[in-house]
Amino acid sequence: MNLNATFISGRTVNQGCNLENKTSKAYFDAAAYCEMNSGDASSLGVEPGNNVKVTTDHGSVVVPMAICDGNPDGLVFIPMGPWANAVVDPDTKGCGMPGFKGIPAVVEPTDEKAPTMPELMARLK
Amino acid sequence: MIIKDVLCPFCGCLCDDLAVEVENNKVVDVKHACKIGASKIMGHDRIKAPMMRDDKNGEFREVSYDEAINESAKILANSKRPLLYGWASGVCEMMKKGVLLNEEVGGIIDNTASVCHGPSALGVHEKGLPTGTLGQFANRSDLVVFWGCNPVQAHPRHMSRYSVFNKGFFTAKGRKSRKVVVFDVRKTDTAEMADEYVQVNPGEDYLVISALRAVVADKADVVPDSVGGVPKEKLVELGEAMKGAKYGMVYFGMGLTQSRGKYKNIDNAVSLITELNAHGKHSILPMRGHYNVTGFGQVCAWETGFANAVDMSRGIPYYNPGETCSNDLLMREEIDAAMVIAGDAGAHFPAQSIARMGKVPVIQVDPFHNPTTEMANIVIPTKVSGVELEGTAYRMDAVSLRMRKLVDVDFPSDEEVLDKIIAKIREIKGASS
Repeated sequence: MNLNATFISGRTVNQGCNLENKTSKAYFDAAAYCEMNSGDASSLGVEPGNNVKVTTDHGSVVVPMAICDGNPDGLVFIPMGPWANAVVDPDTKGCGMPGFKGIPAVVEPTDEKAPTMPELMARLK
Repeated sequence: MIIKDVLCPFCGCLCDDLAVEVENNKVVDVKHACKIGASKIMGHDRIKAPMMRDDKNGEFREVSYDEAINESAKILANSKRPLLYGWASGVCEMMKKGVLLNEEVGGIIDNTASVCHGPSALGVHEKGLPTGTLGQFANRSDLVVFWGCNPVQAHPRHMSRYSVFNKGFFTAKGRKSRKVVVFDVRKTDTAEMADEYVQVNPGEDYLVISALRAVVADKADVVPDSVGGVPKEKLVELGEAMKGAKYGMVYFGMGLTQSRGKYKNIDNAVSLITELNAHGKHSILPMRGHYNVTGFGQVCAWETGFANAVDMSRGIPYYNPGETCSNDLLMREEIDAAMVIAGDAGAHFPAQSIARMGKVPVIQVDPFHNPTTEMANIVIPTKVSGVELEGTAYRMDAVSLRMRKLVDVDFPSDEEVLDKIIAKIREIKGASS
């Protein structure tokens, strides 16, 4: 089953700690995950660490799932960074700022592997 | 040796009370900093030497600084529409050179505010900014609102130094002197520590601000039973609490600038604060991310008249966010070369924007390997400002402070690299004119 969700991204402490360490495993662990609440995770049938595929009109990305019970139902979060960027909205709506928050998304369980940072960037060149 | 009163070159809090232990020209310990600041000052693996490659999918080869600088100058001198992006992780002295370089090449200079508080600048153009300094807020504010920001994660010492837990002249009881309210779409760590958490539906902040303005204007009768997911009685209670504050403070972040409404959210929030000033003293402040992103706005404004997204292709400064911001230019595929310096477009732009960088020459000036490096043709490593280089930076409240040098390294500064690129461009252009 799939989860129809609203996607947001943002800063976390660990993502910040690894801003100058972006080729490391620590950066992957800090920025490549998708948070949702326990109820949404159960409805998807996924456990923390299982991979999920997040798809929006702008792209899709595979990352491990993590639980954050501060999220209301249907709100999913990926820390700012290359994994979030794969699904955000590049349209600035005439004010310079892309849509990094509030993007309609579909989340589904997957057996696909989460890409590394260089693998994600290689898709773009 | 312990160096005291060190400033932190990470976020806009620009904490200035760090103690850094240096042994044999190496940082071995950082005290008083948050986890992020300590991590930054302790340092990470850096790029050892300049590198170049023709094919973005090929391997880099090490080159001399002269070769990398000369090649960068050729690319920029021959480009019709170069983008010079980043700037926020540097000191003001290098930013000034960036503005000059942009004049030389007739390009567009844009900073990380483009994907951060750029919309806040637009909101300020519309309505102004009733604000002050963090020192005033620390000593006075008895009602603290965090709207769409999460300082526990993004500005970890903000709440202890400036806004919540610190004791001030009129806030002698520290945390007990203040009511703390968090508006957010999810219950963040900051919301967990607040007196009130107000959950707003994603993209409906504008509506909630408008409802609060109605309450403040004694027009609660026009407010529907629920606005943006917030019950009317809660809105009335909060609006009255704001009116009753001696010194109300609103700090806001990407929850307002990046969600639906964008700069209009800021415009509306500034109007709310202006109206509240009929009842008490109230201020508003954007929670700036990079430690000197505020400094770029200052430098660019005094050099060109505009704070970011300045297009010099006409020979005079032209500014029109939505047209001259980095992501607009990249999505329209106008850019034919890019320099990314003291910022990481590769990590923080939407994938479709970055794809344009995959098609044009990219010069990166940065101490560290990051996603922009993956897209680059030329990489020029430089000093880490605030650790290996002193200079001026502006705190989030636009107070200028002097960053300190803690260790000596052989890498050139951003400013030195920019000076050489500018000189070489003048040489190339002089020879062809």
